[in-house]
Amino acid sequence: MTSIISIKNLTKTYSNGFHALLKLSLEIEEGEILALLGPNGAGKTTLISSVCGLLSVPKNTITIAGFDVSVDYRKSRSLIGLVPQEITIEPFETVMNAVSFSRGLFGKPKNSAYIEQLLTDLSLYDKRNQKNMTLSGGMKRRVMIAKALSHEPKILFLDEPTAGVDVELRKDMWDVIARLRESGVTVILTTHYIEEAEEIADRIGVINKGELLLVEGKNELIQRMGSKNLSIELQEPAKKIPTSLSRFNLTLSNDGMQLNYIYDVRAQKTGIVDLLSELKKASFKLRDLQTSQSSLEEIFVNLVKE
Amino acid sequence: MNFFAIIAIYKFEMARTFRTLLQSIISPVISTALYFVVFGSAIGSRMEQIENIEYGSFIVPGLIMLTVLMQSVSNASFAIYFPKFLGTIYEVLSAPISYVEIIVGYVGAAATKSFIIGIIILMTATLFVDVQIKHPTMMLLLLALTCVSFSLFGFILGIWAKNFEQLNLVPMLILTPLVFLGGSFYSINMLPPFWQQITLFNPVVYLISGLRWSFFGTADVSIHYSLFAIGIFTLICIAIIGWIFKTGYRLRN
Repeated sequence: MTSIISIKNLTKTYSNGFHALLKLSLEIEEGEILALLGPNGAGKTTLISSVCGLLSVPKNTITIAGFDVSVDYRKSRSLIGLVPQEITIEPFETVMNAVSFSRGLFGKPKNSAYIEQLLTDLSLYDKRNQKNMTLSGGMKRRVMIAKALSHEPKILFLDEPTAGVDVELRKDMWDVIARLRESGVTVILTTHYIEEAEEIADRIGVINKGELLLVEGKNELIQRMGSKNLSIELQEPAKKIPTSLSRFNLTLSNDGMQLNYIYDVRAQKTGIVDLLSELKKASFKLRDLQTSQSSLEEIFVNLVKE
Repeated sequence: MNFFAIIAIYKFEMARTFRTLLQSIISPVISTALYFVVFGSAIGSRMEQIENIEYGSFIVPGLIMLTVLMQSVSNASFAIYFPKFLGTIYEVLSAPISYVEIIVGYVGAAATKSFIIGIIILMTATLFVDVQIKHPTMMLLLLALTCVSFSLFGFILGIWAKNFEQLNLVPMLILTPLVFLGGSFYSINMLPPFWQQITLFNPVVYLISGLRWSFFGTADVSIHYSLFAIGIFTLICIAIIGWIFKTGYRLRN
């Protein structure tokens, strides 16, 4: 894989002295879906704004397909589509005019067939002659995606694309993003919803206080940083956990029928063999064993807490 | 040059004019017609000729300039302020487009609208008074230059303004008094000598005087001074806009 976006030592300080980004470096691969996670004020939007030209950045900090965003801004920006966090569309324009305007703005000649197909793909074709202000919130967000895709970009930035939309529409958005990836578009999205990143991203980046804490493949991240839970179902209820098992920090369910053991998958010894041996010595009769992986949400919370 | 972007902005802005036809075109025409009724007919009938010109005809260039200046500033300032207010400015800032192209699109549309309104007002005036234009080419040139220069000024205002109050502040508190005191309805030769000298510091005097010269061949100040004044004002506006885009003032910070 080759990098389509390269960010090197990007620092962004606002006039009030707030450091929104601190020496942030990131390589984004062509064709991937990268999810940027982070709490409010972490620097996600500042990062996107810097890449997309909404904020001034020094030379040699950001390149898009090899073009410096500060020098070759025409070439770099023409490759990018941006869907900002807030719903910001001209209320009195029709859907068709708004999307066509965006295409022209990015230097592309009129192409009615492409725009009509785009509106069809986003379930907007029926609304093409409606004014933007008459659309629902979800439809407005689709219009924004259509505007961002109107000039056939290679990279799409989605700043919290599903914030405040219902579950059904969120899943629709995920389908749209999946289709975009299939067509070769690189997608970078910021989100608060861990399940969103878990569902659609190839790689996850975690930002906090302007610093990129990590960027890693989603599965590797879960594998590497995730702890696992071993649930031990008992044949007979236990009243308490014997002191001989205290080093395992087990928890007992309210009905006494299940023991839970949290272990680190990265550790050389997970302690499972020792635990099972101790359980046998303590005369516990086991019915079933089950393991489950911790979610991205737990990983994210732990990272940001650190 | 991103011609498609210039055309897109220009068409988008012009479409807004035709969508709001009442506010954009009909409203200034009605206001001007009222000026003709009040100043031209009611007061003008009791006024003597000024420099051998009927008072009703004399005020035509001033009225055109009054409307064109106000319209240029308000069209251009609103055109750039509204996307800032809505947040849709992100699209222009993230597009592969230079600041020159942005200005040509927005200022071009604002100036076109003002120019059209200026011509409509001129035609409206012919319904009330006898209008003769001695130098029609110069009249069109002066009108076009005024539309462009004050649209540039409006563009700066729209970027500077943080709210609607600030957007209206300069037109209301500075521009309107300058236009009214710039000889729209009188010749500055009618003023006492001291006030004549003071009035010469008002840049609008040169614009109105220049346009009046193109109509009647006589004016308060030389046409050369008028052209020089518009030229200098345009260059100052271009320099300020260049600085705005270079520094990202109130756009990229």
